[in-house]
Amino acid sequence: MTNYQFMFFLLSAIIIIFSILTVTTRRILRAATFLLFVLVATAGLYFMLRFNFLAAIQLTLYAGGIVVLIIFSVLLTSHISQKLEKASISKRILAAIAAIAGAVLCIITILATEFPTVTPNPPETDIHTIGQALLSTDKFGYSLPFEVISILLLAAMIGSIIIAKKRKD
Amino acid sequence: MFEGIPLTWFLILATIMFFIGIYGFLIRKNLITILMSLELVLNSVNINFVAFNKLLYPEHLEGMFFTVFVVAVAAAEASVAIAIIINIYRRLDKIDVENIDEMKY
Repeated sequence: MTNYQFMFFLLSAIIIIFSILTVTTRRILRAATFLLFVLVATAGLYFMLRFNFLAAIQLTLYAGGIVVLIIFSVLLTSHISQKLEKASISKRILAAIAAIAGAVLCIITILATEFPTVTPNPPETDIHTIGQALLSTDKFGYSLPFEVISILLLAAMIGSIIIAKKRKD
Repeated sequence: MFEGIPLTWFLILATIMFFIGIYGFLIRKNLITILMSLELVLNSVNINFVAFNKLLYPEHLEGMFFTVFVVAVAAAEASVAIAIIINIYRRLDKIDVENIDEMKY
């Protein structure tokens, strides 16, 4: 077993265990913390695949931004000592059956599919290439989605300010 | 194959994570925990994009850019969703999905 394989197994174990804890724990603040561990382990996977820029985005935006937002809203809307009520046993069984059936179906399909074997000579994706591609209008350029996403972020910002604002009435 | 790791392993990992998110989406009642399950689902899709990019088309960057845009959309979605949750809490003092049926009938 190579070092890479060992790291992959370690990160996948962290991801799977903490994902399960995220959806099953009854304390909501702990669920947010476990979600943070999952996101950091995913950033580790990106580092392993040599997408350094993407891993940095994952760490700052997901682990830094979204989780902090979720924790703030948890603190605003519920008491720390409060435990979530358990879902009924029939609901849990039905949900587990649905999830496991879907997972088994997908895994069988994945194992039955032949993927072409490419021997990657991974070039380091440097920030220069990424910036060029993000702002170019040629083929494989991402100028239009970049602008659209900026408008989307502006609209989301204005919308969330308007929605969360206190009404005077 | 990337340093001895086949593509299938990444896909299976992402599948398991996706369906854990679906499970949480089905059993949770609190709106914020539902949002957390949704983040798990989005994150597993990102792993798929990145793995396909690196292991099948290593000379392109499509998967990476899709992941960047998915992360941006997830941030926008989380901010709007949390604004809505805070508004609901202000009006109803509860954020469980069963209590929110004012606009249903």
